Amino acid sequence: MIKHLLSAADLDADGATRVLDTAAEMASVAGREVKKLPTLRGRTVVNLFYEDSTRTRISFEAAAKRLSADVINFSAKGSSVSKGESLKDTALTLQAMGADAVVVRHPASGAPHRLAGWVDGSVLNAGDGTHEHPTQALLDAYTMRARLGRLSGLTVAIVGDVLHSRVARSNVLLLHTLGADVTLVGPPTLLPVGVEGWPVKTSYDLDAVLPTVDVVMMLRVQRERMADSYFPSAREYARRYGLDAARLARLPDHAVVMHPGPMNRGMEIAPSVADSPRSTIVEQVANGVAVRMAVLYLMLGGSR
Amino acid sequence: MADVAARPTGKVILGTDDMHRVVDRIAHQILEKTHGAADTILLGIPTRGVPLAARLAGRIQAFEGVTLPVGALDVTLYRDDLRLRGARALGRTDLPPAGIDGRLVILVDDVLFSGRTVRAALDALNDLGRPRAVQLAVLVDRGHRELPIRADYVGKNIPTALPESVRVALTETDGRDEIRIEPEREETTGI
Repeated sequence: MIKHLLSAADLDADGATRVLDTAAEMASVAGREVKKLPTLRGRTVVNLFYEDSTRTRISFEAAAKRLSADVINFSAKGSSVSKGESLKDTALTLQAMGADAVVVRHPASGAPHRLAGWVDGSVLNAGDGTHEHPTQALLDAYTMRARLGRLSGLTVAIVGDVLHSRVARSNVLLLHTLGADVTLVGPPTLLPVGVEGWPVKTSYDLDAVLPTVDVVMMLRVQRERMADSYFPSAREYARRYGLDAARLARLPDHAVVMHPGPMNRGMEIAPSVADSPRSTIVEQVANGVAVRMAVLYLMLGGSR
Repeated sequence: MADVAARPTGKVILGTDDMHRVVDRIAHQILEKTHGAADTILLGIPTRGVPLAARLAGRIQAFEGVTLPVGALDVTLYRDDLRLRGARALGRTDLPPAGIDGRLVILVDDVLFSGRTVRAALDALNDLGRPRAVQLAVLVDRGHRELPIRADYVGKNIPTALPESVRVALTETDGRDEIRIEPEREETTGI
């Protein structure tokens, strides 16, 4: 197994399938009376979060604890980072404390990559800037496979703010590795420059894409990363690229709706769609713990 | 778990017919020792313990018409040698829907060697419920225990030297029924 998980591209098809298969076994732990395995007893996992996060941090924490690892939570707020400590100095501190794995979220793309050069333990990217979020892609792939039975040959539309989305980048890489066809849909201003070089199709017209997809993944409009205006108004965005009940009806009967969360209800996704039985949003959160357990086990469980 | 080499070498200890007789005998012994196997569950340890447990249940059904619940118990996450070797793919854990609380659980594996797999299985059971009692059935006991563990039902005791390896092949997993003893283990197959 790989030492660091910095990008979804670090996993080949066999490696990714192994994570998903392992996650399927890990998922059964959630249904047991004793939701704990002794596998990572004595290992230390540090959650290093420089950016706000609810589900990813809690999910990693739950995953590490279910495997009996010791978890140290570090958030930039309330730490020496607010006194101006650099990432490198923080890394050396963690190194001195004997972290076996560092789960890092950082607003700067590439920060986990730098960190991997400074610490001896494994580094897991939990989201860096607009770059990647590989465990989200793994849990999305796991959810698709659980709902639809396969990944190879699936048609997946990823809709919305692709430009700022690390979730979209990791999903494109992983789904390509696993043989799914991805179409990116969004206004031209929110599709990245150079997208022609990605292994995807692109479209500006959501309604044309919907009837042929197996999965539609809605992305959050990331206003906190938007310095300029990328579209005229929230209402216009919702009208052209929001998934509402009428658009839901246009999907094939078996198709599912995904969203990595947190949602802007009423903007990229209507509340009735988010809460419909075809939405996997709550499942994605539950699957996140199992997938992260699988990643932690495969990266830390064996010999170092 | 004993892996079967692509090209079989070594000496055959038990052939197909003998293996079937041994499984039949264990099934009879289970019925005898448990007075009819009421409230009994057979849990196979992957890989080859799982088809063995199914075979035992099939024979017990044929002999006395009792249907025993059969499951699988993967112990990989409870092993004490994980750190010595790479993280391995997990086997399936599949418990009977009624659970194991208050039942007699019979663990089934192919080879009993160091006893470490069984120790891991006992720890795993501990997290899954509270059986009334736990027993152990193995096809082969090859000796060299490293822990105070013994089997309740043994198909065949095969005295071995430590470097030798016992390889169990089953039709379900390997296409034939056979137990071989091979002169040297190419890699550590700690059981």
